[in-house]
Amino acid sequence: MTDKCTGCAESQEKAKELQAVIDKYKETRGALIQVLHEAQEIYGYLPLEVQREIANQLDIPLAEVYGVVSFYTQFSIYPKGEYQINVCMGTACYVKGANEILDKFRTRLSIDVGECTEDGKFSLDACRCIGACGLAPVVTINDETYGKLTVEDVDGILDDYEAR
Amino acid sequence: MINNAKELTELRDFARKEMEIRLDRDVEPSPENHRIDILVCGVAGCASSGSLKVADAVEEQIQQNKLGEEVKVIKTGCFGLCAEGPIVMVCPEHVMYTKVTPEDVKEIFESHIKGGKIVQRLLAGENEYEEIRDRLPQIPFFSMQKRIALNNCGIIDPENIEEYIALDGYQALAKVLNDYEPEDVIDEIKKSGLRGRGGGGFPTGRKWQSSAVVEEHEKFVICNADEGDPGAFMDRSILEGDPHSVIEAMIINGYAVHAHQGYIYVRAEYPVAVQRLSVAIKQAKEYGFLGTNILGKGFDFDLEVRLGAGAFVCGEGSALMTSIEGKRGEPRPKPPRSAEKGLWKKPTVLNNVETYANIPQIIRKGANWFKGIGTEGSKGTKVFALGGKINNIGLVEVPMGTTLREIIYDIGGGIPNGKEFKAAQTGGPSGGCIPAEHLDTPIDYDSLTKLGSMMGSGGLIVMDEDTCMVDLARFFLDFTVDESCGKCPPCRIGTKRMHEILVRITEGKGEPEDLDKLEVLAKNIKESALCGLGQSAPNPVLSTMKYFRDEYMAHVLEKKCPAGVCKSMVKFIIDQDVCKRCSICKKNCPTGAISGDKNTPFVIDQEKCVKCGLCMEKCPFKSILKNA
Repeated sequence: MTDKCTGCAESQEKAKELQAVIDKYKETRGALIQVLHEAQEIYGYLPLEVQREIANQLDIPLAEVYGVVSFYTQFSIYPKGEYQINVCMGTACYVKGANEILDKFRTRLSIDVGECTEDGKFSLDACRCIGACGLAPVVTINDETYGKLTVEDVDGILDDYEAR
Repeated sequence: MINNAKELTELRDFARKEMEIRLDRDVEPSPENHRIDILVCGVAGCASSGSLKVADAVEEQIQQNKLGEEVKVIKTGCFGLCAEGPIVMVCPEHVMYTKVTPEDVKEIFESHIKGGKIVQRLLAGENEYEEIRDRLPQIPFFSMQKRIALNNCGIIDPENIEEYIALDGYQALAKVLNDYEPEDVIDEIKKSGLRGRGGGGFPTGRKWQSSAVVEEHEKFVICNADEGDPGAFMDRSILEGDPHSVIEAMIINGYAVHAHQGYIYVRAEYPVAVQRLSVAIKQAKEYGFLGTNILGKGFDFDLEVRLGAGAFVCGEGSALMTSIEGKRGEPRPKPPRSAEKGLWKKPTVLNNVETYANIPQIIRKGANWFKGIGTEGSKGTKVFALGGKINNIGLVEVPMGTTLREIIYDIGGGIPNGKEFKAAQTGGPSGGCIPAEHLDTPIDYDSLTKLGSMMGSGGLIVMDEDTCMVDLARFFLDFTVDESCGKCPPCRIGTKRMHEILVRITEGKGEPEDLDKLEVLAKNIKESALCGLGQSAPNPVLSTMKYFRDEYMAHVLEKKCPAGVCKSMVKFIIDQDVCKRCSICKKNCPTGAISGDKNTPFVIDQEKCVKCGLCMEKCPFKSILKNA
């Protein structure tokens, strides 16, 4: 990976972190998914170069690594927005109108599920039940949780983030 | 480090004194201990609604008032009343405050902690506070429950192993290692009648035995904490509120089947559970419950947490095991069964979180005690996550055999806004719905299967008259199509075709023959899919068709959605007799579909209308009608 990432202190720093993760798990049986989780935490997503590096060092074919990355919804090969919006689409949220809330985010941001706004500020995803059904319908934006939402609340929340 | 059973008991007796005011409502706090415990729910729904900030505020008040000696704040597991969160309980009085904000904390301190006067406005429900300490156990939400799996949730600090030990934690392990041969453990579990709480309801003792009898050097035990059923958060609450009960049970399981390594497979959507488990495992190692020569009895056992990555199919046993191996989580055909060839082709026992949470108490109190609870074929209790259109959204644990009516109306507090109950969905995307006419069925594994649903992991979503059952079936098929791993064609292609038909019906383009096609497809998929996910995927469609066929017929024959959910069939009109021409609807319409002014009647242009329903919501005179 060094050929791609030279000249930028930040990317070298990240490469170092990735190396530490790989070293930590090298001897663990079946550690690929744990490595991918931690690599995604470092990079925010799993670009091809990162997958290749993991494949080489863990001695797993790249195709297999990509196979795992594409299988699980938590792994992304595209960068996410600065603010990651996740609309819970669990049953409890769905029967309480999560669909309309998702639609509102879609129209307001002019992006579809799985996409990122052009300025890189917001990305929108529909996620699986996060187990906060008492607050249904629920949306999370990064680590912040918004519960008992109505369609009308959406504008206010986004205004707030846009002002940041 | 605890070296033997005697040391464990000594530590228990010591640690228990610290907790007395939490356990006994009538205890006089001894002068050398702190006087007041403030319990703040720190998990799941409460944490999401800001309870951790409440706990910080309590801590701050303790500092400010210099009450560090007398008042202690404890972040506990779930109390169950999630809709009322964040929940704070003050002991020894056991006063429960609901919907507490950080701003309320000061008042609690000024009035209650320092002044001895309870803050009325923060009490649960409409309770006049008279004798709440006597009444709390009599509120049906609490009185009709029986807590076994959730026994310690809401009482102990899950990050403090000594509080678990104080409540007899790890005593079952000590008992097993000292007094039981591995076979005796299995006999006891078999005798208890415990069945798997993850969905299928397979007898736990028999499961353990089939792995125990296989002669193999290396074996594994796994805890399935990949709670993927949307609307279910039982396992999350147990892991976050009482992680040691699961760890203790897994060590016992390892001893019974001669395994020395365990894995807990947790979904990555539960970061708090992962963190709590990691803390708990670390403490269990420090205290000598994990590692070598446990409690001086020569048994070795180790435990590791493995993370899922967002794939519903990984809740299926064989898929879960391939996922732990670091591969795509695809199921494999059986036989061989996992008891013979599971994880890394070694004999493996897989149990669900709630199943494990029952084990320590069965060992401690005996199989006969457990057998005395529940119904003929289903012993013990079941935890349900109540969600959807119900007042007391939250976590409840009831004896098997409790009726749905008792759960929904007595414990759950009924349906909000005076609406009619329509159906309850159990078993999530693999289960089915139960309509009003079966509300009085005592719930256990067998009765639910007979109704065409299943116990599942315990998600119980209540639906009222505003839910369209066809749309609901489509929603679940959305889910299974999305989550199908693609390995076997019946599931990969079959569910997709079913989904297409359902979309067609909900868009008003369905034909009567579509219903027959759905039934044929459903039958074929059930018979031929590789794993439980595929085999059960058609269930929501079949059960909604069974009980709500008239709704399907209305969609295909009259092109009408009786619940007014399916947008393409809904029409909004303005009732001119009621309309006061205030123009509020016109101002709120996002597409400019409403025209009219003081002198001309207001009408909705159906071409422009996107059926968002905002006009209906905003109209102060209820003059806008849906579907009329």
